[in-house]
Amino acid sequence: MIGLIAHNALLVSLAAVAFGAVLTPVAIRNNRRDWLELVYGAVYANFLLVSVAAVSMIVALVTHDFSVSYVAQVGSRSTPLLFTVISLWGALEGSILFWAWVLGLYSAAVVVLHRRRPGNLVPYAVMTLLAVAAFFAILLVGPANPFLPMSPVPADGPGPNTLLQNHYLMAVHPPLLYLGYVGMSVPFAFALGAIFSNEAASNDWSILSRRWMLTSWGFLSAAIIAGMWWSYEVLGWGGYWAWDPVENASFLPWLTATAYLHSVMVQERRNMLRLWTLNLCVATFVLTILGTFLTRSGILSSVHAFTTGAIGYYFLAFIAIVLVTTLMLVAGNSERIQTKGKLGGAASRETVFLLNNLFLTAVMLTVLVGTLYPLVAEALRGVKVSVGVPFFNRMALPAMVSLLFLMGVGPALPWGSTTWAEARRRLYPPGIAAVIMGAIAVIAGARSIYAILAFAFVGYAAMGNLREFWTGMRARHRAHGESWPTALLRLIAGNRRRYGGYVAHIGVLLIAVGITASSTFRSEREATLTPGQTLTVAGHTVRLKNLWGREEPQRSVIGATMEVLGRNGAVVGTMDPRMNYYRVSDQPVPTPDVRSSIRGDLYINLMAFESSGANATVKVIVEPFVPWIWFGGLVIVIGAIIGLGYGGRTATVPVPATNPAPSYGRSATTQALATNPAPSIASADP
Amino acid sequence: MKRGWIIGGAVVIVAVFGWLLFGGLEKNVVFFLTPKELLAKGNDGIGVPVRLGGQVKPGSVKWNAQTLDLRFTVTDGAREMQVHSTGAPPQMFRDGMGVVVEGRAGAGGVFEATGLMVKHSNAYRAPKPGEEAHEKYKTLIQQSTK
Repeated sequence: MIGLIAHNALLVSLAAVAFGAVLTPVAIRNNRRDWLELVYGAVYANFLLVSVAAVSMIVALVTHDFSVSYVAQVGSRSTPLLFTVISLWGALEGSILFWAWVLGLYSAAVVVLHRRRPGNLVPYAVMTLLAVAAFFAILLVGPANPFLPMSPVPADGPGPNTLLQNHYLMAVHPPLLYLGYVGMSVPFAFALGAIFSNEAASNDWSILSRRWMLTSWGFLSAAIIAGMWWSYEVLGWGGYWAWDPVENASFLPWLTATAYLHSVMVQERRNMLRLWTLNLCVATFVLTILGTFLTRSGILSSVHAFTTGAIGYYFLAFIAIVLVTTLMLVAGNSERIQTKGKLGGAASRETVFLLNNLFLTAVMLTVLVGTLYPLVAEALRGVKVSVGVPFFNRMALPAMVSLLFLMGVGPALPWGSTTWAEARRRLYPPGIAAVIMGAIAVIAGARSIYAILAFAFVGYAAMGNLREFWTGMRARHRAHGESWPTALLRLIAGNRRRYGGYVAHIGVLLIAVGITASSTFRSEREATLTPGQTLTVAGHTVRLKNLWGREEPQRSVIGATMEVLGRNGAVVGTMDPRMNYYRVSDQPVPTPDVRSSIRGDLYINLMAFESSGANATVKVIVEPFVPWIWFGGLVIVIGAIIGLGYGGRTATVPVPATNPAPSYGRSATTQALATNPAPSIASADP
Repeated sequence: MKRGWIIGGAVVIVAVFGWLLFGGLEKNVVFFLTPKELLAKGNDGIGVPVRLGGQVKPGSVKWNAQTLDLRFTVTDGAREMQVHSTGAPPQMFRDGMGVVVEGRAGAGGVFEATGLMVKHSNAYRAPKPGEEAHEKYKTLIQQSTK
């Protein structure tokens, strides 16, 4: 019954989005603004109808209504409530439904926020969103229908994939990922809307679209970090990134979105790169669809690839349609979209942004080629290959390390041009931090050139970005006698976009420290212990206390209690790495235990054990600085939230230029003015 | 003139980048081979990183918990190959299971593994009667719940 209601809701929603998409150009051609109200009505109706379907699915899951095919596929009476609810995105059909739901939400939000804007940009953008929604609606009533009736109705189901019901992060990572992925359709819609409405030659559309891109980028950044965390907490190998195709699928649009967030500033400030920025919007969207294709079509075998079936062809056809349509549109309009701005001096911020875009694109192409190569090789040459981790590390690391350096250079240089002497004055001081960090890395035992450079550049960029805060705060403190915290808050409020960016930079640097340190200074040992035996790894000693077992409704749990010993041999804590045996699967899920501190993690995974409890084989890994990665992810999100904020026009008093002779290190005020155009004057925020 | 330089520079950058990219691919592609395919390569197959796929030959698994020494034989039905690895086998590791072993074939005909993956099938099976964890580990569970 509930399946029938939901299925009909999806059918009507397909009709609504198709109607809205077709009506838009008709309404605009006939100059009937009132018809556009019908289009917007279709957007709301679609959101409502998909919500009905999604909520029906959640109700069906929670009530164990096995007459619905998707519930029969992923539901189980013994699964705890949380994991029953989140199995909405635990398999193919449900995740497509969730995608359509999120897209409906974004589309409705676009209409609510922008419908009053005059011109045809918003209607055409809405039309694009409706067309994308139509694709997902077709999937939902066709090859990915989650509401097929089951006959006979099974009494119970297998429950979700055991890997996906083992950790609460499964309630976090997928929704964030979808909010990021799907949100990137909005900038794409504005890009196409701008071409259709002949507004591509102005900056208005990018002012609208970049907030949506920043929102999605924040979600996607958080999702990638949460995915890494999940992999670290569940897969038991003590790592968080393996250049796995599904990881790459989430990373690819992140790279182009990051490039976009930088190039759009060059577009607005210097009237350059408009065509390029527009292409980045399109590329980001195509990469999200490609990522969904890779992870959802079953073409890769992994925990993400649920099934093999016809759905892959739908995705390929959709990608082809999007690529051909947008390439024709962009090529046909490139003369008008092109910008006439000229590069300032070589030592200018836009130069750094150009390099930033060059490196980000290079990393994206590298990862894309490495990800698709096995598919192409198998399709064309019939050989099964995989592209090893060394490929990605060797090809992508140089560019990524260079990006760390640029992150320190960009904020120090002004827009336009500057003299080399001035550039040197600004670029040299963070070099001290670079030398110190590099030296610390070498003393600590780093020998890889990339690791040493990464530490040095993190130092450089950290000082480069923090100095921006420091000089700005000092200028306010001196000029207005503001207290330091007030000065910081007003500085940020005065140009949220700029300082949000710097906060995000600092988040990236924290992540860089975590990744570089944990991969450079990782130590691990594996041993079979009898109760009472100890194992020491990199100064950390653990002792096996005992093995234990426990029955839970959906699984049996076997654990090893490990005592962590302090320097004097006293027990400072216990850890319980476990092995979870779900009823439905003959493959247990390892559940490592992690003990974190600011200096790093002690990570223990139970590898094997004697069923009598006589011994246990454990792997103990000491990974310095891993929590910095998760914390850095949080800082990135904070940066994105700051950058999204409105304001910065009236909230602050401009800092007067009291000293016209700039000389670094003496006159903080002019330094601040030179590097940070006074917020109220130069704020580019609309 | 200036435009020519820019286009020329772009072509050079793209060419160098493409050359590096595909050069890197050639060196780092890991082939997925069965024992038959690997042995057919003869000496060319020795010392090259590959992923060896097949089934664990029943009765071939020898695992020493104290030295963490694991030896087993991978078979594809036609040919077979001995594998040596260090570290505990994955928990679901057992006779007849599909495995993918990452590593290199040594000169002595033994495959030195650096990574061991059990082939997951998405349609997982429920454990056979008597194989369930609460049966197998009854002692452990009873000891800790009494």
